[in-house]
Amino acid sequence: MTQEQILLGLASVLAAAAPVLFAVIGETISERAGVINLSMNGTILLTAMGGFAVALRTNSLLLGFLTGMLIGALVALIVAFSSITLKQSQVAVGFVLALLCRDLAYFLGNPYMNVPGPRLTVIPVPWLASLPYVGTLFFNHTVITYLSFVMIFLAWAWIFKTRPGLMLQGIGERPAAAFVRGANVNRMRYLYTVLGGALIGLAGPAYSLSVKAGWAGTISGLDGIGWIALSITIFGGWNPLRAAFGSYLFAFLQWLGLVLQARLPNIPSQVLQVAPFPLMILTLLLVNIGDAEWVARTLATLPEGVRRLLIRLLRVLRSSPPAALGVPFESE
Amino acid sequence: MDVTLHDIHKTFGRVHANVGITLHVPAGTIQGILGENGAGKSTLMKILSGFIRADRGEIRLDGRPVVIHSPSDAIRHGVGMLHQDPLDFPPMRVLDNFILGRHGGLSLGRAAARRDFRQLAEQFGFALDPEAYVDALTVGERQQLEILRLLWLGARVLIFDEPTTGISAAQKEKLFAALRLLAEQGRTVLFVSHKLEDVEGLCHKIAVLRQGQLVGEVRPPYKTALLVEMMFGKNIVTGERAPAEPREVTLHLDSLSAEDNRLAVRNVSLSVRGGEVIGLAGMEGSGQGLFMRAICGLTRPTGGRIRVGGRDLTGRSYLSFKRHGVAFLPAARLEEGLVPGLNLTEHFVLAEEQRGFFVNWEAGRALARQRIGDFNIRGAPETTVESLSGGNQQRALLALLRLPLTLLLLEHPTRGLDIESTIYIWSKLRERCAQGTSILFISSDLEEILQYSDRVLVFFSGRVTPPLEAAALTSDRLGELIGGKGWPEKGRER
Repeated sequence: MTQEQILLGLASVLAAAAPVLFAVIGETISERAGVINLSMNGTILLTAMGGFAVALRTNSLLLGFLTGMLIGALVALIVAFSSITLKQSQVAVGFVLALLCRDLAYFLGNPYMNVPGPRLTVIPVPWLASLPYVGTLFFNHTVITYLSFVMIFLAWAWIFKTRPGLMLQGIGERPAAAFVRGANVNRMRYLYTVLGGALIGLAGPAYSLSVKAGWAGTISGLDGIGWIALSITIFGGWNPLRAAFGSYLFAFLQWLGLVLQARLPNIPSQVLQVAPFPLMILTLLLVNIGDAEWVARTLATLPEGVRRLLIRLLRVLRSSPPAALGVPFESE
Repeated sequence: MDVTLHDIHKTFGRVHANVGITLHVPAGTIQGILGENGAGKSTLMKILSGFIRADRGEIRLDGRPVVIHSPSDAIRHGVGMLHQDPLDFPPMRVLDNFILGRHGGLSLGRAAARRDFRQLAEQFGFALDPEAYVDALTVGERQQLEILRLLWLGARVLIFDEPTTGISAAQKEKLFAALRLLAEQGRTVLFVSHKLEDVEGLCHKIAVLRQGQLVGEVRPPYKTALLVEMMFGKNIVTGERAPAEPREVTLHLDSLSAEDNRLAVRNVSLSVRGGEVIGLAGMEGSGQGLFMRAICGLTRPTGGRIRVGGRDLTGRSYLSFKRHGVAFLPAARLEEGLVPGLNLTEHFVLAEEQRGFFVNWEAGRALARQRIGDFNIRGAPETTVESLSGGNQQRALLALLRLPLTLLLLEHPTRGLDIESTIYIWSKLRERCAQGTSILFISSDLEEILQYSDRVLVFFSGRVTPPLEAAALTSDRLGELIGGKGWPEKGRER
């Protein structure tokens, strides 16, 4: 493989991760507020189909993306209404929505199957794109990929560097304490769930209008992405930066699978296609390995210096969910 | 700020929690609010701090009638409340907790907040690191953080709900000093408690509540007997200690060591006889909890041997300890001890050995009714455990223990309970002792340790004293040891 090929490959990894990133960041924001939006897998499929269909009919890519955000926001609104107002199980409602949206996408999407349609074009950033290495890697992408870069830092800064973001953390962690500090907990939960849903809704069109342009129904290969995004949210420890790392890791593993497939024809292609999924599960296990008792026992046998280093490392890796995740809030 | 509560009424369903309470607290006063659990103290304070609205009555601040809609509304009026379990965010940093809820621009303004925090902390002599995580702090330190935060928000009236529960003696002293300083600064302090010694030692005047009514107000010098009578409407006598008759050894520890990722307890040797009560004293998190969990198999000891009733159980699970007559009642009653959502009958059915595949509910209900009577639990067989008061939950936990027991381990058996419940719980525990059960209990209440133990182990950051005779121990000496003073030279302890 030439250097140029590797560079282009890595650039394609960054682009391919964009949709997953939107979904993961949207889910992170929603869960930070305490609401699990489990509908993600269905939402991605439905918005991919819907965004493509609208963009095709109106010949406007912008309208396609806006449709995706609108659908995502509406699905999230159902999750929010049933869990916050009706106090129903978020898991049950989200799961049913995930199945419903998927089937709706396949059913309504029939007329648009394999129809050629519009797609985003690559817009190199003037001057920056001509920089060696960095230019190819970061500044030769579609608008939606650039947006995904911006989104990571925007979400991270909002959660950790602003006053409303700090309150968002508080709402998911201990709503009663946030309430005492003046937050309208349930209104904020609605707001962030719907906002998160709109971001998740960007993921679909990011596929169907950019990364995997078009709508191919059940063979789009998009089914399952939502569940992966859900696990990356956990892997990311509800932190956009870590979540971004997880998304890129997943896209990288997928790319690696494709590359190896060409080089190692003896290995059945299915193995390499499926490999990223168990690898993601393994990473998830690694992240929380510090909680296991056998690890603690093994650590105890190591010399003091090494042990302390490892304990610190495991603690950094470990992620714990917002304490009030999935728990409805009622002020007295 | 001058606080007046005028003719406050509040009912919850059929319960009249506040019956026409009128109370005037001048600025610069520490006002004690005394009463047993369920007397209506919390309701009254929640009304003042905006958590609930009174059905009738008026709140006046500096003579001006105000309507308080929510806790954040209350703080705008200058009224702040510290909850028994501090309402903060454990996984976040101290500084972020401090900032959260303060109005301002988009940016957090961490630098300015840190400056203000340091300044305020210095004023009260609180040694809090703004970068520390709250879940690494003790309850006492979390209270300090809340005090500083409320002051920063401009609180001129501070309500403290049972603040001395779960904090060490040294921290209590610090808290009281801070409260006195607040009063000197012209702020109003409302101090809610059911602990007589606390209100007597601190308050400028005490209002006593009983069954939702204000029984009366008392000014110093206080007479304990009078306060008790006002609280309960009758006199209560605490039980006398009967010397334990020597029985055979139930628990033998040989150089037991245990550690978690925070601290280590090493080489504790101890022999406990049947019927003996051992008190484990020390600041919260000094190793006594770890020690107790190691004795009953919830934590694997890193060294030494444990013998229960002559049998070596080192390294076994809690289940096999339980089979040999060991029981452990954790401090978190509802989280670790009981199953929220299940009622009393279901608890008794779960606790008893069951024969057959189907549950005999008839027998279960009968058993529940009998134990409810035996243990004086205020509840019915159908009552779910989370709707019981703290005292009744503790009684239920005791009632759930099977007979006979070799060893009973209790973590804060009377935390958060009123005097009456405390005395009742201990009378039940004494019955167990009389039957030959040995008891080990953890408490942060010095009086409780001294009154009920035969021998005492003091813990200080993982170090343990040899067993001390309780009869020869004074509360001053005990307080010193808990605070880490007067220990033998390192390396020669135990």
